[in-house]
Amino acid sequence: MTIRVAKPGLFTTVQDLGRYGYAHLGISPAGAADPLSFRIANLLVGNDENAPALEMMLLGANLEFEESAIVALTGASCECKAGFNARVPVNAAFDLPAGAVLACGTMTTGARCYLSVQGGFDTPLVMGSASTFVAGHFGGFKGRRLQSGDVLHVRQHGSFRVRSLRPGALDSLRAPRPLRVTKGSQQDWFGPEAFEKLFSSAYIVSEQSDRRGLRLKGEAVRPREQSELLTDGIPLGAIQVPQDGQPIILFVDQQTTGGYPKIANVIAADIHRVGQLRPRDEVRLVEVSIAEAVQAIGEQERWLREIFIS
Amino acid sequence: MPKIDGGADSLGGSWANLFMTGLISSILARKVQEPMKIIPASDSSLLVVFGNAISPALHERVIGLFHSFKARHDPRIRNLHPGYASLLIDFDPLRLTHDELISVVQQLALAGDSAVDRRANVVTIPVCYDIEFGPDLLDVSQHAGLSLEEVVRVHSSPTYLVYFLGFSPGFVYLGGLPEVLHMPRLATPRPSIVGGSVGIAGSQTGIYPLDSPGGWKLIGRTPLRMFDPQATPPTRLQPGDRLKFSPIDRATFEDIPRRAEARPT
Repeated sequence: MTIRVAKPGLFTTVQDLGRYGYAHLGISPAGAADPLSFRIANLLVGNDENAPALEMMLLGANLEFEESAIVALTGASCECKAGFNARVPVNAAFDLPAGAVLACGTMTTGARCYLSVQGGFDTPLVMGSASTFVAGHFGGFKGRRLQSGDVLHVRQHGSFRVRSLRPGALDSLRAPRPLRVTKGSQQDWFGPEAFEKLFSSAYIVSEQSDRRGLRLKGEAVRPREQSELLTDGIPLGAIQVPQDGQPIILFVDQQTTGGYPKIANVIAADIHRVGQLRPRDEVRLVEVSIAEAVQAIGEQERWLREIFIS
Repeated sequence: MPKIDGGADSLGGSWANLFMTGLISSILARKVQEPMKIIPASDSSLLVVFGNAISPALHERVIGLFHSFKARHDPRIRNLHPGYASLLIDFDPLRLTHDELISVVQQLALAGDSAVDRRANVVTIPVCYDIEFGPDLLDVSQHAGLSLEEVVRVHSSPTYLVYFLGFSPGFVYLGGLPEVLHMPRLATPRPSIVGGSVGIAGSQTGIYPLDSPGGWKLIGRTPLRMFDPQATPPTRLQPGDRLKFSPIDRATFEDIPRRAEARPT
């Protein structure tokens, strides 16, 4: 079964949950920027949660389905239509008839929308993953974002059980709240006043933000003294502070090592929220302990198991 | 005494206990070394810091721990990021706790890496030091007060140490550039540099693995692909390898790519 890209949208890529085991060669995981919405999209159509799916950013794609398919859309609110201006459901699996054109529009809240197809997109695995790493020109569909005229293939073997969500199950994801962070690798470099600024200020997501990192604009944060950091490894979600004091959240396509001090780190359970931040969104940060962060990941996994009716 | 510095109060107690279990005496029994510092960098990672200098001795310990972890093939460890003097260990927090991992780090650090076969791999990288490939050669020669031939000889004589790879796929951080070749970066970075270009910036020399912008002074180019996502392994160099640059002429440069492409994966 094939799907033809009629319009690619702003930045549409094939992703899975990331490419691990290659950071020591300078290769970051890439993968879905909002892994929670990505997993829900796959689970709805009955796929393995890591099956390759499309990540669309801010403006969705128009896709022509050669044959009928069962698909699901999750993540950012996005007006999507199929054929005769028929609105399609979100956060639910639905059937598309053969020949249908699924037209995904502009996202109104959130930055990224996921499209899963029952069976999963059939793209070759590179280093064990289907994720597109655009800066390295590999993975996903030809190592790049989709363009008009691209033809994607869908895997069709296997048996699938379509699932559905409890009503209102995802409401808690929409509620605005601060990003939870733990203190970072170079926390010793920063005095109490730096943390006070970081946790009391409202930052704005800069336009110069992408899957490599989100630049925040606002109150400058400075280390006790300017000294050179020996380049070291960067965890996903690290908040580094370059010389201008404007924090940068390092994200899924990040560099694997860096030389700026890392004051804090977004907790794993809130990475999905980073993936839904839009340019000009306001961001606040709140500190939690490592123990609270670890507990939050466990709770999120339990929540994910409980939101499905069937 | 090994210092644990991290500030995560909830973990402090159990860390202290780990050090009370007799491990500490064994650590001290080894050569006098700077104590290892373990920092919870995030809820899913630990940063093990061996010191604060660029030195082969510290790096030896980084690479030792790196290889010890690689040899375990533990599926709960997702990624290892060696740096100049540290190793970041990224793990699955649903299947492994910080405390458990700290205890593994302690055991591996004590055992050393004698069990792991890791004879340093010496990799020779052919470089054509042609003016066309090295547009900054004249500038470097003037800055260093050396003739062009001397620049090539000095750059290609050391055996460099691959401290780690980072920044981008296949980008190596090398140690061992002779001081006479230490150079400031370009005032204005070039918008595009061809993959394989060899350059100098500050006390570093390196190879651009992919076409990219960059501010290093360019002195030559290798015909080899430094990064190939389809190859196994995808990079020509690994952390801890040794590297020799071997000068080649233009005709050899033109001849090599065909053989390099035929490299088995």
